[in-house]
Amino acid sequence: MLRKLRITLAILFFVPITLLFLDFTGTMHEYFSWMAKVQLLPAILALNFGVVIALALLTLVFGRLYCSVICPLGVLQDIFAWFGKKAKKNRYTYSPAKTWLRYIMLALFTVAMLMGGGIFATIIAPYSAFGRIVSNLLQPLWKWGNNFLAYLAERADSYAFYETEVWFKSSITLGIAVATLLVLIVLAWRGGRTYCNTICPVGTALGFLSRFSWLRPIIDTNKCIDCGLCAKNCKASCIDVASHQVDMSRCVACMDCIGKCKKGAIRYAHASQNTCSKCSDSTSNEAEPSASRRAFLASGAMLVAASTIKAQKMKVDGGLAAIEDKVAPKRQQHILPAGALSASHFAQHCTSCQLCVSACPNDVLRPSSNLERLTQPEMSYERGYCRPECTKCSDVCPTGAIKPISREDKSSRQIGHAVLIEKNCISMTSGTHCGNCARHCPAGAIQMVPINEGGKGRRRKQMPVINTERCIGCGACENLCPARPFSAIYVEGHEVHRTI
Amino acid sequence: MDRREFLKIVGISTATAALHGCVSKNGSDNTSSELGPVPTDKMTYRSFPGLGNDKVSLLGYGCMRWPTIPNPNGKGDMIDQEAVNRLVDYAIEHGVNFFDTSPVYVQGWSERATGNALKRHPRESYYVSTKLSNFSDSSRENSLAMYHRSFSELQVDYIDYYLLHSIGGGGMEAFRKRYVDNGILDFLMEERKAGRIRHLGWSFHGSKEVFDEMLALHDKYHWDFVLIQMNYVDWHIAKGSGIGAQYLYTELAKRGIPNMIMEPLLGGRLSKVPDHIVGRLKQRKHDSSVASWAFRFAGSWPNVLTVLSGMTYMEHLQDNVRTYSPLVPLTEEENQFLYDTAKLMEQYPTIPCNDCKYCMPCPYGIDIPAILLHYNKCVNEGNVPESQQDENYRKARRAFLVGYDRSVPKLRQANHCIGCNKCKSHCPQRIDIAKELHKIDSFVEKLKQDIL
Repeated sequence: MLRKLRITLAILFFVPITLLFLDFTGTMHEYFSWMAKVQLLPAILALNFGVVIALALLTLVFGRLYCSVICPLGVLQDIFAWFGKKAKKNRYTYSPAKTWLRYIMLALFTVAMLMGGGIFATIIAPYSAFGRIVSNLLQPLWKWGNNFLAYLAERADSYAFYETEVWFKSSITLGIAVATLLVLIVLAWRGGRTYCNTICPVGTALGFLSRFSWLRPIIDTNKCIDCGLCAKNCKASCIDVASHQVDMSRCVACMDCIGKCKKGAIRYAHASQNTCSKCSDSTSNEAEPSASRRAFLASGAMLVAASTIKAQKMKVDGGLAAIEDKVAPKRQQHILPAGALSASHFAQHCTSCQLCVSACPNDVLRPSSNLERLTQPEMSYERGYCRPECTKCSDVCPTGAIKPISREDKSSRQIGHAVLIEKNCISMTSGTHCGNCARHCPAGAIQMVPINEGGKGRRRKQMPVINTERCIGCGACENLCPARPFSAIYVEGHEVHRTI
Repeated sequence: MDRREFLKIVGISTATAALHGCVSKNGSDNTSSELGPVPTDKMTYRSFPGLGNDKVSLLGYGCMRWPTIPNPNGKGDMIDQEAVNRLVDYAIEHGVNFFDTSPVYVQGWSERATGNALKRHPRESYYVSTKLSNFSDSSRENSLAMYHRSFSELQVDYIDYYLLHSIGGGGMEAFRKRYVDNGILDFLMEERKAGRIRHLGWSFHGSKEVFDEMLALHDKYHWDFVLIQMNYVDWHIAKGSGIGAQYLYTELAKRGIPNMIMEPLLGGRLSKVPDHIVGRLKQRKHDSSVASWAFRFAGSWPNVLTVLSGMTYMEHLQDNVRTYSPLVPLTEEENQFLYDTAKLMEQYPTIPCNDCKYCMPCPYGIDIPAILLHYNKCVNEGNVPESQQDENYRKARRAFLVGYDRSVPKLRQANHCIGCNKCKSHCPQRIDIAKELHKIDSFVEKLKQDIL
C-alpha cells in the first residue's frame, strides 16, 4: 500500500518534470516549472528558503522521501534498478555506509559551490545530471517524434504540430550526459541507490536529517525470523538484519521492505519503542563498486551540411543559391540571457541543468564548451537571435541564475552590444544597399549612414552606425547579417548587465 | 515543385478520393469519376491560314514547371525525367501536340528533358517551340550559341515555333539590343526561310507603347504569332503592366496574327482561390474544376492558337485535357459571370506572383516565390489578420507562422532579404519583390511579437 503510494507520487513528479525538459513549446513550463523549483539544490541557489525549510521538514517527518519521489534522478535510477531486479531477484545485500566517501563528496561539492560552481559540482549534482541526460539524449528523440507528427499534420493541413530543428548543441555536454547515464545504469542495475548513498551531495545532506526522521521502517524483532528478504530487496543496502537496524541516513523511504516481509515484521511508524542507537560500524568485505570511473566521451560533431548548388554559367530560372552556415565569432565576453544580472551571479547560481537550453525556442542557448564554465549555458546567434517577445529561459530557471524578467524589462536590459567588422559589411565594401541589421534592430540602435560623398544614388556606400547606448545585445543584427560565414556585425557580452 | 508539395497534393487527392468514396456510398453519383475516362480523341484543334497545315491542340504543354526530385548527390534538385516522359506520353495519347520550352526554364534543364521525352515519338506527331532567352548576355555569339544549343538539347533538326523571349522587359531599347543591333533577328528570318524555324514570333510582358511598336514592325518582320498573357482577371486590366489582355488580343486579331496564351491560370492563382469563389464557381457548374473556367475562358477566343499550361501533375493534365476535349465555349453570359468573379477576387490583396521562378536564384538564398505563394495562400484562406481584435486572430496567427516555417526554410525567409533588388528586373509581373518581402517580413515580425 505504502509502496504503491510512493510509486504513484513518484510518477506524478517524474513524468511532468521529464516533460519539462522535453517540451520546446513552452506549454509544460506554464504548469510544471514549479517542479524544478522545489528541487533542493536549485532552491538553495535561488535562496528559496520556503522550499528549503519545507523539504527539511518533509525529511524530518518521512525520511528521505525526497529521494524517492521528488528527485527525478532518484526515480530514474529506480527504473533502471527495476530492470535489474527483473534480471535477478533478491539481488541486493546489506553493506555498511561509506561514510568517509559521502562526507568527502559533500565537502568537495560544498567547497566547489562556494567557489562559484565549477564542473565538478555540476556533474555530481543530481537534478543537473538528470537535466543533462534528458535534454541531451531524450529531447532529440522527442523532437524527432514531434517532427514526424508535424510531417503528418502537414499532410492533413493541420497546424497542431510544427517542425522544430534538432541539433547537437555541445559534444562535451553530450559526452558528460552519456557518461553519467552509463554510470548510473550500471550502478543502479547492480546496486540500486549506490550513487545516492555514496556520491550524491543532496542525498548525504538529507541523510543528516533523516537520521532523526519521525517516521521510519521499524523491524519488529518478535516477528522477524531473520530470513533477510528485506535486506535482499533494499536498494539502499541499509537494512542490517543481524542487528535489526535500518540505517536511516541511507534509507530512501521506498517502502519496498515492508511489502516484501512475509511475516509483516516491518512497519513504517514512529520509533517510540525501539529507539535506534548509533548503528554499528561492522566492517564488511563486500565492497560496492564506487562511481569514481567517469570517462568523458567526446563525440564527433554531427552536423547536417546544408545543400549546396553548383555555380551556374548561364542565368537560368529557378533553383536556390547555397547558404553557408554561420560560424560563431570569437567573443571576448560570453553572452548571457537578460535576467542573468552578471557573469559572476550567473556562474554562482547555475547548476547546468539545461532546462533553459531545452526551453529556448530560438536555438540561442547552448551549453558552453569553455573549460571554466563547461556545460553552463551561454548564448550565440548563428541559428537565431534572442527574440524580443521571448522570456522562456527566465521563466523556467529554477535556481535564480536567470531571474524572472518581463518582456518590457528585457527590452531595456543590455546584455551586450553590437560590434561592426567593416571588412565583412557588404554595404561598405560594395555598392549593394543592405541595411538588414538596421531594419531588424528591435531597439532602433542601428542607422545606415552614407560614407562616400562622391557616390550617387544606389552607388553610394553606406555603413551601419551602432548606438551602443541603445543596443541591448539581442543579436538580431548578427543573425540576419547577410555576410557568411562571419557576420559583419556581432555581439560582445557584458560582464554586468545594465538597464537603459 | 519539391517533394513536400507533391506529397501535399497526393495527400489532398487521397483525401478527396476518400471523401468521394463516402459520397458514392450514400447514393449520390454526381461526382468526378462519373465523368468517365479522359477522352483520347476529342481534343479541339486550331489552324490558321498563316500557319500552313498546322493543326495545333488547344491545350499546349508549357514546359516551365516540370517535376523535380531531390538530387541523389544531396545537392539541390534534378528533373524527374521518368515523370516527364509519363506526362508527355499521356499528353500525346490524349491529343496534345504542342510543347513550349525555353533554354532557361527549370534551371536550364527543360529543353533537354522535353527533348528526351519527345524524341520517343515521331517528329511529325508534335510541334515544339522554344525561345531566344538571351537576357544575361545578348551578344551575337552568345545568342547564336543559345539558338544552336536549343537544337542539340531538344534533339531536333527544325523548330516549329521560335520566340523572341519576353519582349517588353526593358522597353524597345532592350528589344533592339537583344535582337536588332546584333543582327540576330535578320539571322532568324533567314533561318525561317531555310525552314529550320517554321514560324517566328515573340512573347510579351510589357507596356502598350512597346506592344504597339512591335506590331508596327509586323510589315517588316512578319510575325507568325505572338504569345501573350491572358485570363479573365487580366482581361480588362493587368496588375503589373497596366494593359488588359483585351487590348492585346483585339490588336492581334485585327491584324490576323494568331496568338498563343500563357498564364491562363496565373500559375495556379486562378485555381487556388478563396473558398467562397470556389463555392460560387461550383454552384454554377458542379462537375467542373475551378481551373476549367479559366481554361474555357482562354480557349473560347477564336484567334487563340493554343493555351499553354505548365502542368506539373498528372491530375492537372487530365483536368485540362477534359476541359478541351472538346472545348465548350463560354457564352457571353458566362464571360460576364467570370468578370464579376474577378471583381470579387480583387478584394483579396494577393501578390500577383505566378511562381515562374524567373527571379530565382536569389543571390542571398531567399526562396522568393515560396514566400509570396505562402502569403497568397494565407490571404485566400483568411489567415492574414488585420489586428488582434480579429475574431480568428489566434488561429490565423498560428496558421500563418507555422505554415511559413513549413513552406520556407528559416534561412530562406523574407527577413534575410537585404533589398539588393537584383530580382526586380526579372519579374514579368513587375512585382516590386524586395518591397513585398519587406512588407511580409514586418507583418511576420508583428505576428511573432504579438503586436499587430
